[in-house]
Amino acid sequence: MPLHRKHLIDVADFSRDEVELVLDTAEAMRTVLERPIRRAPTLRGKSIVNMFFEPSTRTRISFELAGKSLSADVVNVAASGSSVEKGESLVDTFHTIQALGADLVVMRHACAGAPDLAARHLACSVVNAGDGLRGHPSQALLDLFTVRQHAGDLEGLKLVIVGDVLHSRVARSDIWGFARMGAHVYLSGPPTLLPAGFGDLLDGDGVVRVEHDLDRAIDGADVVMALRIQKERMAGGLLPDLREYARRWGITAARLRRADRRALVMHPGPMNQGLEISPDAAYGPQSVITEQVTNGVAVRMAILYLLLAGAPT
Amino acid sequence: MGGNAASEDGAIGTSAAPLGAAGRLAMSAEDLRRALTRIAHEIVERNKGAANLVFVGVPRPGPLLARRLAAAVADFEGVAVPTGAVDISLYRDDLTSRAGAPDVHPTDIPGDVTDRDVVLVDDVLYTGRSARAALDALTDFGRPRTIQLAVVVDRGHRELPIRADYVGKNIPTAPHENVDVSLTELDGEDAVRITSAAGGEAADAAAP
Repeated sequence: MPLHRKHLIDVADFSRDEVELVLDTAEAMRTVLERPIRRAPTLRGKSIVNMFFEPSTRTRISFELAGKSLSADVVNVAASGSSVEKGESLVDTFHTIQALGADLVVMRHACAGAPDLAARHLACSVVNAGDGLRGHPSQALLDLFTVRQHAGDLEGLKLVIVGDVLHSRVARSDIWGFARMGAHVYLSGPPTLLPAGFGDLLDGDGVVRVEHDLDRAIDGADVVMALRIQKERMAGGLLPDLREYARRWGITAARLRRADRRALVMHPGPMNQGLEISPDAAYGPQSVITEQVTNGVAVRMAILYLLLAGAPT
Repeated sequence: MGGNAASEDGAIGTSAAPLGAAGRLAMSAEDLRRALTRIAHEIVERNKGAANLVFVGVPRPGPLLARRLAAAVADFEGVAVPTGAVDISLYRDDLTSRAGAPDVHPTDIPGDVTDRDVVLVDDVLYTGRSARAALDALTDFGRPRTIQLAVVVDRGHRELPIRADYVGKNIPTAPHENVDVSLTELDGEDAVRITSAAGGEAADAAAP
């Protein structure tokens, strides 16, 4: 089954079959990364432009490695050092990229909806690598892939997402993705960072519940995901005291004992160790945090393959 | 290789139809079994034994055919030939002209193929483009001493300078026909059928 999509903007409208297609394809892509020659000629002659208007290390490098492993040409454009600094508008930047002959644009932007704008103005495919607080679809897909590898099935799993849900696009995409696959999603964190309205974020497939008390939320969980406390977004004083946060919502090995014995510990990175996650949890036997990074390349290869192979030139 | 678009995508043409409902029977289960046994003997004869062999199938159903050949070799030669699978979807030359990306199957090469005698196994040899892709894929895993090609059916219409070393049956076909190799594991029966692309009976003029 091919993916009948030109763009990857959001996982919210992905069907269960579409998610499984991406995960199955990523499974095959992993075998490419385990070969002596970690490169297939699949996207030879295709150009991928990474446009990152916000700082990013792992996502940008992950997309770059994914493109190169499929033999595409990958060009990186950062906001600093490009004509964006000289005042060029976003739409003009799109036209320039278009004229240079890109086949796919990977885009990160501080404004939600910027990739939708790109998709309207560009003739090529657009992949959202994070837009404002709205979504980070490739991260959700790699999280789903990582959990499926360990659990086998996502149906009925209890996932707890802990922390700054309000400012997290990763959380939003994960909520949609895991709920779509039939998992039960629990959100935990201080009320200032977790408005009650998230409990209504329900799409009929799974369950999304808000439980501010982490010890209750984590009870029997199959997956515990800590979110980064985004200090750069916290100018509004939503957290009076970081030590209090760590005590009440930090993921520690002691707290994990309330979860299922085989529960997975995840973090989208970069981590603030000792704040939202303690070193004994981050590097403990249940942690799959480095696997998330490795799997990210395979999942992004699958995304690039499904969007670009089979697209007429 | 390249039997038809349907079989390369893994949806074997007759899988959804009732048994015997569509197409002209070109090989029965017995014919298929005898052809695979003969091919297994030919492979061992030409390679002067089975110790250095590796059987690699092209999905689907190549890996299943590779395992049947290995079972036959184990039976008369007493040697367990390693078998595996090589997916060709990442090596195709028509990725920009198809509608939609073909499904990618996992590749599973047993051990190091360098200096081994590798036999590529596929159901149908047609244009030769899948064989070309499989050669490229295989050489990304090492440098085999030889690569040989075994197919159940050679249906003609080559577009590349490629030939099979071992052939179950040569079946001249018209381009509008499909050759469907059904295996019990995938389709509930062993058979080779010729169907016309429109789905009806194959034209009599194309009979061998």
